[in-house]
Amino acid sequence: MIAFLVRRVAWLMATLLVVYTVTFFLMRAVPGGPFSSERQPPPEIREAIARRYKLDLPLSQQYVSELSRLLRGDLGMSFRLADYSVAEVIAEGWQASASLGTVAMVLAVVVGGGAGVLSAARPGGLVDGLVRVSTMVGISLPSFALAGLAVLLVVYEWRLLPAAGWGTLPQLILPACCLGAVYAAEIARLVRSGVVEAIQSDWVRTARAKGASHSRIVLHHAVRGAIGPVVSFLGPAIAGILTGSVVVEKVFAIPGIGYHFIEAATTRDYTLAMGLVLLYTLLLGVAGILVDLVQAALDPRIDLEK
Amino acid sequence: MARSEPSAVSAAPPEVIPRPRPQLPTSGRLAVVVLGLVVLVAVVVPLMPLPSPRTVDTARSLEPPLAGRLLEELPELEPREGEAADAWIDRGFGELGPISRLMVRARVAICGRWAVSGLLGRDELGRDLCARICWGARVSLAVAVVAALVTLVVGVPWGAVAGWAGGRVDDAMMRAVDVLNSIPLVFLVVFLVTVLGEDSIRLALDSLGIGRLAIFFLVVAAVSWLSMARIVRGRLLELRDATYVEAARASGASPARILLRHVVPNLAGTVVVTLSLTVPRMMLFESFLSFLGLGVQPPDVSWRLLANAGLKALIPLDPAWWLFLFPSAALAVTLLALGFLGDALEAVLDPRRHR
Repeated sequence: MIAFLVRRVAWLMATLLVVYTVTFFLMRAVPGGPFSSERQPPPEIREAIARRYKLDLPLSQQYVSELSRLLRGDLGMSFRLADYSVAEVIAEGWQASASLGTVAMVLAVVVGGGAGVLSAARPGGLVDGLVRVSTMVGISLPSFALAGLAVLLVVYEWRLLPAAGWGTLPQLILPACCLGAVYAAEIARLVRSGVVEAIQSDWVRTARAKGASHSRIVLHHAVRGAIGPVVSFLGPAIAGILTGSVVVEKVFAIPGIGYHFIEAATTRDYTLAMGLVLLYTLLLGVAGILVDLVQAALDPRIDLEK
Repeated sequence: MARSEPSAVSAAPPEVIPRPRPQLPTSGRLAVVVLGLVVLVAVVVPLMPLPSPRTVDTARSLEPPLAGRLLEELPELEPREGEAADAWIDRGFGELGPISRLMVRARVAICGRWAVSGLLGRDELGRDLCARICWGARVSLAVAVVAALVTLVVGVPWGAVAGWAGGRVDDAMMRAVDVLNSIPLVFLVVFLVTVLGEDSIRLALDSLGIGRLAIFFLVVAAVSWLSMARIVRGRLLELRDATYVEAARASGASPARILLRHVVPNLAGTVVVTLSLTVPRMMLFESFLSFLGLGVQPPDVSWRLLANAGLKALIPLDPAWWLFLFPSAALAVTLLALGFLGDALEAVLDPRRHR
């Protein structure tokens, strides 16, 4: 257990270092920097800016100084958003992205899990057919198409909910549903195939032989077969959903992290981009470790030491 | 006693039970038909009697579907000769290859100035949406083809070599894939596109004859092969130790025979299934990039670009719904067909998924 944690954390650190290095040099390999624009300020001002952000140092020194700053836990100041530190930008966007993501994920697990179980309980039945078609639609439909359709119908045609914005409950419903739909479809698929497979297993046959009812078999015995794949899926999915969905945030004008992600990359905000990339990698890595721990706790056959 | 001799029984050749030929489920066959239609449209669109996708007619800005007469004589389609014709095609249809050029000429020769116009409405510049969607099919499908080719040409050999060689080669090759995978894909791509879109670099590439569209395809190609490499490697690891491969080896089959007779046929199913999952993912990815304004650039059209413009036209007062709905539907139907096809193929080809 300890050995497993040590190994995985070390591997995560190594990954972070590689990602840091790649991002650092990629960003600086581009001609033009965060402060290049059509109108060039006077040379002394440019020098002052470069000095302030340490852009005048040789690349190797920048690499080391930025790394040591990051190791101290300081993400630095944003280049583009004046007077904002990267930590502040992330903290602000995080509120919106994380609350939206949490609601969407809960929706996805409840709806997707329920649909998957219902569909697996009677394979080939009407419910199963409906669920399979709608999961296929959910998985293949691009999220923008879903979001646009939702806006067109719910907001403009039926006038039920506000179109965009952030802060009130009605404003949360539509984006959360759009964001959660894809995940719900994935989860429903995983649950269905897990349960269907488990129903054919020996232990379910034993349970049936001992007289367990069909609903008890599905809900008590077979559902366990689906937990493993769903947990594996949820790890990276939660990491991804917490860092925001660019499309949904853009369509519904939600001030989340996803928006900053793209903005930072296109405007060469070195520090903000670095902070976000590292945050994402870290979340993904931690989620991976957690998934393995949960899997091991759920399934005694899994040996973490191996 | 002789009757119980096994040789007496085996005198008759053992009856071979023919394996039932796997049948594609109905959903899969339907998907094939839909995809075939989409590909057909993409290929023959220059021949179709549609208005030019680029001709601006601001007088008819934002006309809803079926507003005017369906069949119209359009002045923009006036047949021209020689040099003038080439310039006219460039202006109205974009820089086409020789075959498409010939097709446009053939179409003007056959249908003259007649065209089905305004079937699906017009955009804010009065351009015909139906024509734009049909021409957009070319770019959107090209993404799919590029992704599929790269996955096959790079991903499969990469995974196969790693899985077959094993040991240190495997470690090194898979670490490369792991690192590429652990960098947030979106960021990497956004970044690559910005880098490659930088003026000085773009000019340098332009002088080499590499346009923006080609760069975009390169980016799609760069990321599309990773999962294929992983899956093929995993399958090869399995195959390498499979009993029947071992048996073939023990009975003295040459490595080439083992590969061709035993490994490749068993790999093919996995490859086809993975391919059918990768292609829609890459089309979604194209659509995502275009959403960020990083994909295909106007005046080239792709479905996603159209849908994106449509999304912006969804304003509270008098939303131009057709601009969003039809391109999205084209994309969604294609993706859905690919999804169903993938599912059907998986059910047919994957021997472990028999229900």
